[in-house]
Amino acid sequence: MKNNIIVEVSELTKKFGNFTAVDNITFKVTEGEIFGFLGANGAGKTTAMQMLIGLSKQTSGEAFVAGYNIRTESEEIKKNIGYMSQKFSLYEDLKVWENIRLFAGIYGMKDKDIAEKTDDLLKRLDFEDERNTLVKSLPLGWKQKLAFSVAIFHNPKIVFLDEPTGGVDPATRRQFWEMIYKAAEDNITVFATTHYMDEAEYCDRVSIMVDGRIDALDTPSNLKAHFEAKDMDEVFRKLARKATRD
Amino acid sequence: MIEVKNLRKNYHSEKSDKYAGIGTKEDKENGISFSVPKGEVFGVIGPDGAGKTTLFRILATLLLADSGEARMSKWDVVEDYKEIRKIIGYMPGKFSLYFDLSVEENLKFFATVFDTTIEENYEFIKDIYQQIEPFKTRRAGALSGGMKQKLALSCALIHQPEILILDEPTTGVDPVSRKEFWDMLKKLKEGGMTILVSTAYMDEATRCDRIALMRDGEFIAIDTPAQVIADYEQTLWSVKGDNLSSMLEDIRAYPQVETSFAFGDEHHITVDPNLKKEELSDYLTEKGYTNISINEITPTVEDCFLALTKEGEKGKEED
Repeated sequence: MKNNIIVEVSELTKKFGNFTAVDNITFKVTEGEIFGFLGANGAGKTTAMQMLIGLSKQTSGEAFVAGYNIRTESEEIKKNIGYMSQKFSLYEDLKVWENIRLFAGIYGMKDKDIAEKTDDLLKRLDFEDERNTLVKSLPLGWKQKLAFSVAIFHNPKIVFLDEPTGGVDPATRRQFWEMIYKAAEDNITVFATTHYMDEAEYCDRVSIMVDGRIDALDTPSNLKAHFEAKDMDEVFRKLARKATRD
Repeated sequence: MIEVKNLRKNYHSEKSDKYAGIGTKEDKENGISFSVPKGEVFGVIGPDGAGKTTLFRILATLLLADSGEARMSKWDVVEDYKEIRKIIGYMPGKFSLYFDLSVEENLKFFATVFDTTIEENYEFIKDIYQQIEPFKTRRAGALSGGMKQKLALSCALIHQPEILILDEPTTGVDPVSRKEFWDMLKKLKEGGMTILVSTAYMDEATRCDRIALMRDGEFIAIDTPAQVIADYEQTLWSVKGDNLSSMLEDIRAYPQVETSFAFGDEHHITVDPNLKKEELSDYLTEKGYTNISINEITPTVEDCFLALTKEGEKGKEED
């Protein structure tokens, strides 16, 4: 295991009025790790993730992402991370190459680098014939692969994935995780939420949020052993049952 | 209770700029046919874009089919659409709640539309509604996903429908809430309700009496979950060991391996029936893998879907 810390969170808390959405969470993620960020609906995952990617300010506590302070350097964080939401965040009315060009440009990449990397990417995805295709005409599975590739196009140190596989067919879902493995082998840290418990098994480590707290954090095999569960689904159910808030 | 015969619908999708639809494949000229007896939970299972919503919208009398027939109870979906709307409860994929109204106001609204009241039907929805009743003054928009789902179900049930149509009720819902939701459906079924439900989560198939696996607008299998699994023809093995991610590539390179997919902490592979486990195990050991264990396993519905999908793609380009 490499020792470079890419995400360091200490006592991070977010309150909305009287409601504590994220309650004093502390954890670290190391470089190149696939980190599963799980929790029931309403447990506080999205709020926590929004703070880490610089979209929401914490009430108290500290966190560093890719070496930057989330309180004072949120603009630097945005430049150094990749993000893919459930809705794939591509522009449907732009062509495949135009989407790549747009996002790479936003991240400040040079035209020459963009052109070279675009060719390389399309070749790798076997997408060369689709360069001029409108994104809206692509099958769902292709869109998803493209969205992930665009999210890591600028070589971020870490990519945040918010339920990236909802609704896609089983074969595509599995191909998608193979892409995630490859990214992790290239030393891109992957921070992902999912509701598919079998996907939690692909992660190096998994945290489970309950009522705003992180109630468990370990490798899937250690969690299964600790909770005497046959799979992650059972671990999740045992933990989430303790939740008191709706 | 539900009778569907040769149903077809073809349309041009603005969103994807493509022709899509159900029952329109050239090699399947007959469209979609199936029937659901009273008191059955019938699951339509398939990924986004398979045509689940189109089918449900036709049955909910919100969309006209190009050809074919469908009857809900004794009513025809075209001729008798007004009668059907009285006897079905429909929960669309995006919960059709009014986010600026409170929990109670939403329920009251749906009751009024169906010319009834919450009081008259309280006993009927009690099991589900009581879970959210403590929050009845909260705006629907401020509810958590699991609670929105319970409210939407309460609204769909307020007029005590004979048939419940649920379009992906559990999408985006965590595993615990999903399980609770299926427990609620089971209770409704025991009360005699006919339930048509769609999902993209393959593991929910076993909660249905019968299932249809759907892809590209067609049913590729229709049976009880147990029979779908029994019909699986391949030799299916589970492979476990250290370093699973790179192992997958080496497994694929082995000639007698037909398909291989990562399933969490194991790989599911289909192999030539003549292959012996020891042969594969020796090969992987030689490649340097450790703690290898290979076992023949019973397929899950997801394995069946993968196998059926592959069959459908023979001779056709992968999309």
